[in-house]
Amino acid sequence: DLCPSVKNILLLDSEGKRIAAKYFSDDWPTNNAKDAFEKTVFTKTQKTNARTEADIVMFENKIVVFKFVQDLHFYVTGGEDENELILATVLQGFFDAVGILLRGNVDKKEALENLDLILMCLDEVVDGGIVLETDANSIAGKVASHSIDSGAPLSEQTISQALATAREHFTRSLLR
Amino acid sequence: DYSPFLGIEKGAVLQEARVFNDPQLDARRCSQVITKLLYLLNQGETFTKAEATGVFFAVTKLFQSRDIGLRRMVYLMIKEISPSADEVIIVTSSLMKDMNSRTDMYRANAIRVLCRITDGTLLTQIERYLKQAIVDKNPVVASAALVSGIHLLQTNPEIVKRWSNEVQEAVQSKAALVQFHALGLLHQIRQNDRLAVSKLVTSLTKGAVRSPLAQCLLIRYTSQVIRESGVNNQTGDRPFYDYLENCLRHKAEMVIFEAARAITELTNVTTRELTPAITVLQLFLSSSKPVLRFAAVRTLNKVAMTHPMAVTNCNIDMESLISDQNRSIATLAITTLLKTGNESSVDRLMKQITNFMSDIADEFKIVVVEAIRSLCLKFPLKYRSLMNFLSNILREEGGFEYKKAIVDSIVILIRDIPDAKEGGLLHLCEFIEDCEFTYLSTQILHFLGNEGPKTSDPSKYIRYIYNRVILENATVRASAVSTLAKFGAMVDSLKPRIFVLLRRCLFDNDDEVRDRATLYLNTLGDGSVAETDKEVKEFLFGPLDIPLKNMETSLKNYIQDPLEEPFDINSVPKEVKSQPLAEKKASGKKPTGLGAPPAAPASAADAYEKLLSSIPEFAAFGKLFKSSAPVELTEAETEYAVNVVKHIFDSHVVFQYNCTNTIPEQLLENVTVIVDASEAEEFSEVGTKPLRSLPYDTPAQTFVAFEKPEGVPAAGKFSNVLRFTVKEVDTSTGEPEDDGVEDEYQLEDFEVVAADYILKVGVSNFKNAWESMVPETERVDEYGLGPRESLAEAVNAVINLLGMQPCEGTEVVQSNSRSHTCLLSGVYIGNVKVLVRLSFGIDGAKEVAMKLAVRSEDVSVSDAIHEIVASG
Repeated sequence: DLCPSVKNILLLDSEGKRIAAKYFSDDWPTNNAKDAFEKTVFTKTQKTNARTEADIVMFENKIVVFKFVQDLHFYVTGGEDENELILATVLQGFFDAVGILLRGNVDKKEALENLDLILMCLDEVVDGGIVLETDANSIAGKVASHSIDSGAPLSEQTISQALATAREHFTRSLLR
Repeated sequence: DYSPFLGIEKGAVLQEARVFNDPQLDARRCSQVITKLLYLLNQGETFTKAEATGVFFAVTKLFQSRDIGLRRMVYLMIKEISPSADEVIIVTSSLMKDMNSRTDMYRANAIRVLCRITDGTLLTQIERYLKQAIVDKNPVVASAALVSGIHLLQTNPEIVKRWSNEVQEAVQSKAALVQFHALGLLHQIRQNDRLAVSKLVTSLTKGAVRSPLAQCLLIRYTSQVIRESGVNNQTGDRPFYDYLENCLRHKAEMVIFEAARAITELTNVTTRELTPAITVLQLFLSSSKPVLRFAAVRTLNKVAMTHPMAVTNCNIDMESLISDQNRSIATLAITTLLKTGNESSVDRLMKQITNFMSDIADEFKIVVVEAIRSLCLKFPLKYRSLMNFLSNILREEGGFEYKKAIVDSIVILIRDIPDAKEGGLLHLCEFIEDCEFTYLSTQILHFLGNEGPKTSDPSKYIRYIYNRVILENATVRASAVSTLAKFGAMVDSLKPRIFVLLRRCLFDNDDEVRDRATLYLNTLGDGSVAETDKEVKEFLFGPLDIPLKNMETSLKNYIQDPLEEPFDINSVPKEVKSQPLAEKKASGKKPTGLGAPPAAPASAADAYEKLLSSIPEFAAFGKLFKSSAPVELTEAETEYAVNVVKHIFDSHVVFQYNCTNTIPEQLLENVTVIVDASEAEEFSEVGTKPLRSLPYDTPAQTFVAFEKPEGVPAAGKFSNVLRFTVKEVDTSTGEPEDDGVEDEYQLEDFEVVAADYILKVGVSNFKNAWESMVPETERVDEYGLGPRESLAEAVNAVINLLGMQPCEGTEVVQSNSRSHTCLLSGVYIGNVKVLVRLSFGIDGAKEVAMKLAVRSEDVSVSDAIHEIVASG
């Protein structure tokens, strides 16, 4: 199959612990296999400084692109023959959409408090390995529009603020 | 460390999920509980079947709420649980209602959920809605339907294929991602129809595609069409190349890169075609984005393997990447430079690498070591600086794989570059003085034993070897004892001193070490300065020309059923069984260093031998020399399938016809093969063994035996007719009718050829084996093979003609090379060892010339091999 495909998207904390992860291929059939992969990815990328630009590493016949902010590590994995720049585009879309949804306060605490937004965001980026959307504003817009009118989730104050910003960001991008 | 999920526990959350059943739903509360459930699943927690069912049913209640956010969480939850077929029915109507909702978000998500959990039957019910959704004006809805279509095509292709009109319309969409998803689905629907794909590519490459992702897809499809259509022979132009080149000027980097990569991967790409692609990749090398640099350097690295000259323009940019923060990029840059560098740049390059080696991981170091090995073989004059580099890194810290890669490289350099030998051996000696890996120590000791005695001053290695006896573990000590003995056997002047050392080993506390020392002391003579008997040398250190696997099987059989007489090593079959393809690929690729030759896998020959010896008529023919691979005598899918295996004995051949009856309504009886040997003059038929009965789909054998002159590789052509009595079978009862009809069935001809008389028996070290043959048995001649398809094809044809075992991976021809040397080894009928060295050359008109050198234990066999080639 020639269609670009994503094998997984990971969001880990600064100790390599899983915050949210979505696997789309059967390369990792068990949770142990997933844990082991996350551990390897984390160890191999720990010392890099992927903060201004996304960085890349290749191992076990897979390509992983990654970007860090605060105590959050974002990863997107593809097969060894995948176009690296497509994977990087997916990573950037996810990364920026989370940034919009957490209105710039991107760290582990915020991510956990708004885990529902993160999970929906993952759901809007890739569907069963196929890239669904790469534009951060569209992704965040879809997630935010779902939450409009709902009561504020886990942490009331932060989320209502987040939604306001997300909506504002979205309308701004429409006006542009 | 604060977390809202601190102390979360599955049982408690499942209790909380009861709020889903409240008559007055609290949407916010419900969303929180679902988030917690999803958190648990995401952390790897699993639900039992009962728990999952419970949660699922509770969640379905939430469709009552009109809260959009909660609905969205419900969708996620249903997808995570992946309900069973009977559970799916419960949510189908709710989801179908959402699919027809006026809210686009509901529609898009309901489509994705429903398609994810549905089976084929439900799909026909919702097909109409999905087709509408594909052409929906809301891009999110259209994409949801298209992506779902891509997934469903795997399980329900016949339904999805009916949507191609709608999908085709969606390809024209102005929304970028809709176009991408539609193109992906349309291609998958048509992928088996080459003409349709070609038409699709032709129309779209004219410029209707806007989205970068869709453009990347189109580039992939275009490359596929190019691969299948080939170059236009008249103009020399490649169809669609202009499109790929235009994409190099696209504004999206992902498209530029996709096109550049596609160009570099074109079959038989020319320098002219490559140049524009290399130019854009070179620009990427100095990008500020690591991902872009990595993609470019990785692609250029691949190009360098086949077209090193095309990449040399990038060398300056590559050199600056050696200090790249990203070690993968640095390693790729170095190995590219090692491939493209010229002789004069080697020293400078080595200096840069030395600084780099200390701060990269072992896996990268191995890649660099392998690249250096190839470089050294390319520029043998530079061996001194490269060997020094290898010995320096050998002394530094590193894991087993890394150390093994270095040792392997040194061994290969010693073998291929004579000047490097003495220095290389001393580097290895120093390494085993402080080596923590038993495997590497024993392998190096073995290698030292073979090479050390042939150097100008063998005595200088003894100290290193004897130190092992004093300092190491039992395995290494035993190896060292054998190595000492080899020096004693090969270097007469050293023998008295070696004996002193070996006698000390008699007091070792390990059985194996003492046994070895005792064996050598008792066979190598009396310890005076005297030549060692040739037969003793052969016995102690000669190659074991029997595949170890066969030896193991024979010994196991012997132990199971011990006889009065001792085990006879001559009873072990020598044929190397054909390896499974995957294994062959792996071992054929890399030059083997220290490792022993690949072990021969288990054999079908044992089975043949058992089968034949169980037939009294053939028992007197003696020992089976060789059995051929089956030769098909019928076309595929005919009424009767027959193939033949040729069994060669010293003065007989037996043809084993394997027959299969593929007609359920027939039973065959008294099956024989009538063989016409009029074109095989030296053969005369001596017996047949008919097959009593051949029922449907149960393979069985019939045999025909011929006599032929003893030990002579007689050749000839045989034509065959299958003769039998056919009886109709009532397929309902399986009972055959009583009366049958005689019938015949024409089979294809086959030949017995020279290759049938040669066993594939490999040697572990071809050079040593070659040198140990008497040079006077050598016969050399040159042959013109005429125009051939390629060098590889010519090499293969000769290997097949001779039926011998290719050694040291020399059956693999580098693509684009103009000359090749192939080493073959085998055993000729009469148990005569024979070695063949083939040198091929090909010119611009694809004319292939070949020089054939043969050495064997018998001059007449050397001549016979030439005869085979001359008449082949």
